[in-house]
Amino acid sequence: MANVKERRANLTIIGTGMAGMAAACFAARNRIDTVQIGVNSGLIYSSGYLDLMAIHPIGSRMSWNNPWQAIDQLVVDHPDHPYARLRKADIKTALDQFLDFMAIADHPYVHQPDKNTEVMTPVGTVKRTYAVPESMWEGAVALKERKSCLVVDFTGLKAFSAKQIADMLMPRWPGIRPLRLTFPAAGASADLYPEQMARSLEIEENRIRLADAIKPHIGDAKAVGLPAILGIYSPNLVRRHLEALLNLKIFEIPTIPPSIPGLRLKESMEKALTAQNIHLIRQKRVLSVKTQPNGGFLLGVGDQGSHAIEQVIDTRAVLLAGGRFLGMGLHAGRKKIREPLFDLPVFQPEDRALWHNDDFFSPHGHPINQAGLEIDDHFRPVGPAGKPVYKNLFAAGAILAHQDWMRQKCGAGLAIATAYGAVAAIRQSL
Amino acid sequence: MKKTLKTQVLIIGGGATGTGVARDLALRGVKCILVEKKDINAGASGANHGLLHSGARYVSNDPESARECRNENRLLRQLAPDCIEETGGMFVAVEGDDEKFIADFQGYCEKADLSCRPLDIREAREAEPALSDKIIAAYAVDDASIDPFKLVLENITDAQKLGCKFLRHSRVVRFNKQGEKINSVDLINQTTGAELSIEADIIVNASGAWAGQIAALADAHIDVLYSKGTLLITHNRVTHSVVNRLRPPGDADILVPGGTVSIIGTTSLRMESLDQIRPTVSEVDRIVDEGAAMMPCLETTRYIRAYSGVRPLLGGGGKADDRSVTRGFDLVDHARDGIENLITITGGKLTTFRLMAEKTADLVCGRIGVSAPCQTQRIPLISDHETRWAVPGFSPKYWFKEHDKDDLLLCECEMVPQSAIQEIVDYFDIFDQQPDMRGIGKRSRIGKGSCQGNFCSLRIASFLYDRDLLSADQGAGEIRSFIHERWKGQRCLLWETPVVQAELQEAMHCGFFGLELTTESRKAF
Repeated sequence: MANVKERRANLTIIGTGMAGMAAACFAARNRIDTVQIGVNSGLIYSSGYLDLMAIHPIGSRMSWNNPWQAIDQLVVDHPDHPYARLRKADIKTALDQFLDFMAIADHPYVHQPDKNTEVMTPVGTVKRTYAVPESMWEGAVALKERKSCLVVDFTGLKAFSAKQIADMLMPRWPGIRPLRLTFPAAGASADLYPEQMARSLEIEENRIRLADAIKPHIGDAKAVGLPAILGIYSPNLVRRHLEALLNLKIFEIPTIPPSIPGLRLKESMEKALTAQNIHLIRQKRVLSVKTQPNGGFLLGVGDQGSHAIEQVIDTRAVLLAGGRFLGMGLHAGRKKIREPLFDLPVFQPEDRALWHNDDFFSPHGHPINQAGLEIDDHFRPVGPAGKPVYKNLFAAGAILAHQDWMRQKCGAGLAIATAYGAVAAIRQSL
Repeated sequence: MKKTLKTQVLIIGGGATGTGVARDLALRGVKCILVEKKDINAGASGANHGLLHSGARYVSNDPESARECRNENRLLRQLAPDCIEETGGMFVAVEGDDEKFIADFQGYCEKADLSCRPLDIREAREAEPALSDKIIAAYAVDDASIDPFKLVLENITDAQKLGCKFLRHSRVVRFNKQGEKINSVDLINQTTGAELSIEADIIVNASGAWAGQIAALADAHIDVLYSKGTLLITHNRVTHSVVNRLRPPGDADILVPGGTVSIIGTTSLRMESLDQIRPTVSEVDRIVDEGAAMMPCLETTRYIRAYSGVRPLLGGGGKADDRSVTRGFDLVDHARDGIENLITITGGKLTTFRLMAEKTADLVCGRIGVSAPCQTQRIPLISDHETRWAVPGFSPKYWFKEHDKDDLLLCECEMVPQSAIQEIVDYFDIFDQQPDMRGIGKRSRIGKGSCQGNFCSLRIASFLYDRDLLSADQGAGEIRSFIHERWKGQRCLLWETPVVQAELQEAMHCGFFGLELTTESRKAF
C-alpha cells in the first residue's frame, strides 16, 4: 500500500459523459473542490447537437417545436421524470450557464429562444434539437429557408453519402444537390477517416485546394454542406476561411459516431474544466467504496484491467454520473440490473423478458430504458421507502430512472439540468 | 396488366427442399420456376443447427431416419465438400442421465449399421476440454457441420444457371382451378405489390411448415404440426466437434461448431400458428442452463444470436415430446384430394434434403413424362463465385490476399469489402432483381459480426445510394428493415456486453437519426 496516493476532495464526480462534464462545469462555477473520474467519455458518440426535449408522448411520435412546452406536458404526464424534479426556471438557467461555459471553452453553440431547430443527420433524416454547434448552424438555416445548396462528400469516406442526404431531403428541399469529390489531401489508402481529414484541413493550403475543387460546381448554390471534418479544434476558423474563399455559407453535417464533433465536445470541455481547477483523473475507475462515519466516502481508484488500487480519494460527497450500460453506471447481468459501485436499488422491469420489445423501432421504446436510480428532490438515490440511501450520495444524467432520453430526444438537456440540480443540492449539503 | 409466365414445374418454397427440387429438375432438363415469399432459407432451412447428422440421434426412436441420414451424410461429404466441415461428433452422458439409454446406445447404432466408437472419459475430455467433469460416458460418431446458407445458395445458383427462374418476395395468393387441375397460380410481389400469374403443368409445394397453408389454398389437405425450436449462436467456437447429449432427445442437447462459432439448441414448443416464431427469454435461459450441464462454459460465454425455426411434423403427434414424432419426410400426391397436378413434400431434415428432392423430382418426372434420371447423387455441387461471400471467414482471407487498397471494408466486423457487395448486387441484377439489404445480408456476412448491423447497415445504405440502387427515402426503410431483422435474434440475449451494444445502437439509430419516427419500412402486400 506504500505507493497508494491519497487525495481529499469535497466532491467526486464519477463519469465523464455529458452529465459528468456538465456537473464539473457547475461545480467549478460554484468553486467546489472537485475530482472527476472516468473511462472513455461517452461524448465521443455525441453528434454535437444538444437535445433538450422534442418527442412526447413517444408512443404517438408527437414532435414539439417548443421544448419548454414539451417539458410542461411531460412533467404533467410523467411526474416521475427527472425533469419534474426541477423548476423550469432552473432548467433554463442550467442550459444558459452550460452554453456560456461552452462559449468560453471555444465550442460555441447557436440556438433559437424557446424553440427547437431542425437539423440534418448523416442518414438524411431531420431531427429537432435545441442547440447547434456554430459550425453546423448554417445548415439549419439553409434547411429552413430551402436555400439552393450543395452537399459534398468524398470518395473513401464511408457512411456519408451526399446523394443519400440529398435524396432523402429532396421532397421538402428541392434545392439540395449532391457533389462527390476526391479529397484534396487524401493519403495512400482509399479509406478516409474523419480525423485525418480534419487534421489536414487545419492546413491552409489544403483548404484552398478544397475550395478550388468545389468552386466549379457551385452554380446557384448559396450554401455548401460538408461532413464534419473542418479541423479538430477550430472548425469555425476553417469554416470562415472556406466561406471567404468561396463567398458563400459553409456548414458541417455530423458524420456517424464516433465523430469529430464528439471528439471536439470532449476535448474542449476537458481543457476548460482543467483550466477551472477540476481535477480530472482520466482512464481510471473507482474500484472500491468505503463509507465513512462522517458521511463521506473513501474511493479506491485504479486501472480497470489490473484491479490494483493506485489512489484513494477521501471525499465528502459523490455524484454518480456514469450513465447506463455503455457508461457502466449500470450493469445488466442475465438475471437483473445492478448499480455496481454502491449496489443501490435499481428500478427495473420485473423480468428480463420485459426489458426489450420485439420491435427494435417500437414507437413505445423499450422498458429497460426506464430503468435506473430513483431519487429524492435533492437528487439522492433512494431506497424502497423513498428515503435517501446515503446523505452525501447524488446522481444525475442517464443513470436516473423514469426517462427515455433516446426516444424523447432529451439526452443533453437531461444531463445538464439534472447535473445542475444535483450540484445545487451538493453545494447546500457541503 | 398482370404478367403471366409459363413453365413445366412451379416450385413453392426457397428452403433446402425447394431449391434441391429445383436443381434436381433443372439437371434433368425440366423447365421450372421457384417462388419464395421471402428469400432463401426463411424458414427451418435457415434456422437449424447446421448439423450433418450421422444418424445416431435417431437410432433409438426412428431407425429408418437414422439409415437415411447415414447414407446422405456419406453422399453429401462427397458432393458438397465446400459446404461441410468434417468436425466429427460425440455423444456424451452426464451424471444423472438415464443409464439404460447409455447402455443400449451402442447396440442401437450397430443395428442401424452406424459407426459408433466408445471413448474413455479422459480421452473425451482431452479432445474437448469444454466438456463437464461430470461426464460419465462418451462415444464418437460421424457427425459433421454443414452450412445451410451456402448449400442452398449453391443449389439455387446452379439451378438458375441451368435455366430455372427464381422469384424472391413472391407470395402465392390463389390457385385457379378448372375441374381437377390447377390452371394457374396467382402471386403477389411482397415488396412492389406487383401481381403475377404462373401457368405450370405441375406444382410442387415445398413450403415446409407452411405446407398446410399452401395446400389449403388449393382445397387440399396436409396434416402439419408446428414445433418451434430455438437455438443460440455463441460468440466463440466452444468445441472442435459436434457434441450430442447421450439421452433421449431433449432441450439443448446438441452443440454444433462451425467456423468461429458454435450453435447450441434446441427447445421444442408446440405452436398453434406460424405468426410468432421467435425466441423467448425463457427458452434462451433454458438452453443456457441445460447446455451448461454438458459444457459449463455455456453459462458464461457470450452469445451473438438466437433464432427459432419450425419443424413441420407429420403424422398425428400428440405424444409427450414432438421430437419423438417421425423426422422422416412425406411426399403427397394430391390426386388423393382430387387435384391432379399438385404435390407436397414436407417434413424431413436438412441432412436428407437431397433424397427428398430426388423422390419428389422422380414423382414429378413420372407425371410429366420425363425419363431423365436423377443426377444429384453424382454431380457435385460446384462452389460458385456468387455464393462464396456467405461463407464465414472467406471475406477476410479474400481481402488480405487481394490487397486492393481501394476496396473499402463496408463491414468491419466480418471484413466484407465493397467489391463483395457489388458482386452480390450484380448477381441480383443478372436475374433482374432489385437488391435489398436483407437480401445482401443473406448472401454475405454483413450484420453477422459483433456490431450486428449497427455500423455496416449505414455504410451499405450509403454505398447503395451512391450506385443509384437506393433512391428517395428508401434508405431509411432499408436500414430499419435490416436492423429489425438482426434485432429478432438479439433481443433475448441482451445482457453483459450485448446490452451495451444495443444501447449504442439505439442511441445512434433512434436518439441521433430518429429512424423510429420515419414511416414503416415495407408495405405489406
